[in-house]
Amino acid sequence: MADTSHGTGGLTFHKSKRVWPNEMNIFVALILIILIFEALGQLLPYMKGQSMLFDFNTRRDDTILNMARIKIIILQVSIIGIIALGVTQVIITGGIDLSSGSVVGAAAMIAMSFAQTELVNGNPNPKAIFGNWAMDLPIIVPLLIGLGCGLIAGAVNGLLIAYTRIPPFIATLGMMVSLRGVAKWWSRGNPISFPTEEYADISNGNIVDSLTFGLFSDSWTMTQLFDGQNPAIYFLLLAVLFHFVMKYTVYGKHTYAIGSNEDAARMSGINVSGQKVLVYAIAGTLAGFAAILLTSRNVTAQAGMGFVYELDAIAMAVIGGVSLTGGRGSIIGTVLGALIFGVIISGFTYLKLDAFYQEMVKGAIIVAAVVLDQWRQQRSAAKA
Amino acid sequence: MNDIVLKTQDLTKHYGGVHALEGADFELRAGEHVAIMGDNGAGKSTFVRQITGVEQRTRGKVWLYGKEVHFAGPLDAREAGIETVFQTLALADDLDVPDNLFLGREITKWNWLGPFRRLDYKAMREATMAGLEKTAVKIPNIRNSIRNMSGGQRQCVAIARTATFHSKLTIMDEPTAALGVQETAQVENIIRTLKEDGEPLILISHNMRQVMDLVDRIIVFRRGRIVANLKKEETDGQDVVAYITGAKTGAEFEGAA
Repeated sequence: MADTSHGTGGLTFHKSKRVWPNEMNIFVALILIILIFEALGQLLPYMKGQSMLFDFNTRRDDTILNMARIKIIILQVSIIGIIALGVTQVIITGGIDLSSGSVVGAAAMIAMSFAQTELVNGNPNPKAIFGNWAMDLPIIVPLLIGLGCGLIAGAVNGLLIAYTRIPPFIATLGMMVSLRGVAKWWSRGNPISFPTEEYADISNGNIVDSLTFGLFSDSWTMTQLFDGQNPAIYFLLLAVLFHFVMKYTVYGKHTYAIGSNEDAARMSGINVSGQKVLVYAIAGTLAGFAAILLTSRNVTAQAGMGFVYELDAIAMAVIGGVSLTGGRGSIIGTVLGALIFGVIISGFTYLKLDAFYQEMVKGAIIVAAVVLDQWRQQRSAAKA
Repeated sequence: MNDIVLKTQDLTKHYGGVHALEGADFELRAGEHVAIMGDNGAGKSTFVRQITGVEQRTRGKVWLYGKEVHFAGPLDAREAGIETVFQTLALADDLDVPDNLFLGREITKWNWLGPFRRLDYKAMREATMAGLEKTAVKIPNIRNSIRNMSGGQRQCVAIARTATFHSKLTIMDEPTAALGVQETAQVENIIRTLKEDGEPLILISHNMRQVMDLVDRIIVFRRGRIVANLKKEETDGQDVVAYITGAKTGAEFEGAA
């Protein structure tokens, strides 16, 4: 930033002068965390020189990477990661969404009640919620109902925030409490189980195999890489989609503008209220999709599903460099944040440490991420 | 009549019982730069807010290029060609220069996608460069976010919007109030460039030297009324101050205040 062009209008645009992206820092952090776990695995006596990411001994597959663990890391964070993609957009507008966990709970119950199969092993479905009319419906029905639940919840959040001017924290807190009630009320607290096979296949099938018409069914990629990984594939596809949406569309630009300076955005003619409704509705819809993936994967829905997912999703975004004051952050950052999350969970299991240490460290990392971000901001402000 | 850019007649604004602006008759001709001066609370900003549609006037008429206008909001005014550089900068800190210049009026492709239509970054960068060159603004890297810029650079970005969009009328509300000496000089240079290009300007300023340097005509407001309309050649700083403080009132405005 030091060199200045001289003379009137002597202004040049330097393509090379892009600023070092914050995402690189997060990527480096991800690598460092992986290396720490890897080193601990090698050094701690009780681990007997195990490796976290590599599989030198058995060479079961065509790769020395420990594919099983890598797949689990990604799979574990995929469903919450999908929520985090929406939460990222909400936080970039300067808002917050506390309702996504409860949206998952409510959407899970409601969608699942329309996804049940009539006969279980020849007997009537013991968990049936509705009569026969709601049994064995085409898969599109529960799918649309689940997404619709999320869309409506998100749109109501957005409408409340945009038109009553109550803080997003309050609006989504109310939604969080109410929707948890909805989730319990829907089946009077009973779990809803036994979905149709098609519904279970949303998460448990192999979408890549289906989309390639089974042409490569026997290949290594299909059997080792993509099998049982549907949530991860949806997560990555949605991440790519929203990366482009946030970076290259008017929707994305206005989302950043609102978070940077809402008054400026309004004065510039951006429909701030409409944009907010849209952002919250998209976040809600993504939470609805997460509910479908979660119930499909577990082949059951319970009223407690998605509990504190909203906080995990917010944590992923924050670790990924999304600023809680709005205006800054990116989808790539959030994806990296989600991976850091996954590596930590997986790493603790791998080091055979109890889950409560995991939570303590998770909390510390969230705080550290925000402190680092603020410190970085002050430094860049001081430089300018 | 054709060279009258902006004309107001009996423009009045009351806030409840407070008469913030009372019967302002004003004319701005093509290519003319006019300063509005006056003490705090004299009605300068109120006058501008009525023209730019930020507030709705109590009474009176406004013509822009001979056409009577009634703006429902600042956006209407901007669409009609009035660009305002507000006292509080309307810039989004986390966006870069082209983003800010085109905020709310992006150049896009694939418009059938509605809110998800694609931004044409290249076209916007090129238009930004052209706009900045026209105003001779020097900004090392337009891809830098506004957050990392100095106050003067920010003000220049705000002003460069007008140059980029070929506005019919530019209004600046104390553009240099918060700037240092060098930055003020830079902004004044931009104003001179606008003058050379024949773009009409209304400048609200407290800075007598600046006003005497830059504009053709000075309008003085006092207690909500216009009390003087002075050609620069026929007045001096002391004279203007006399009008501002109320020691003098223009002949044609006798009885107004």
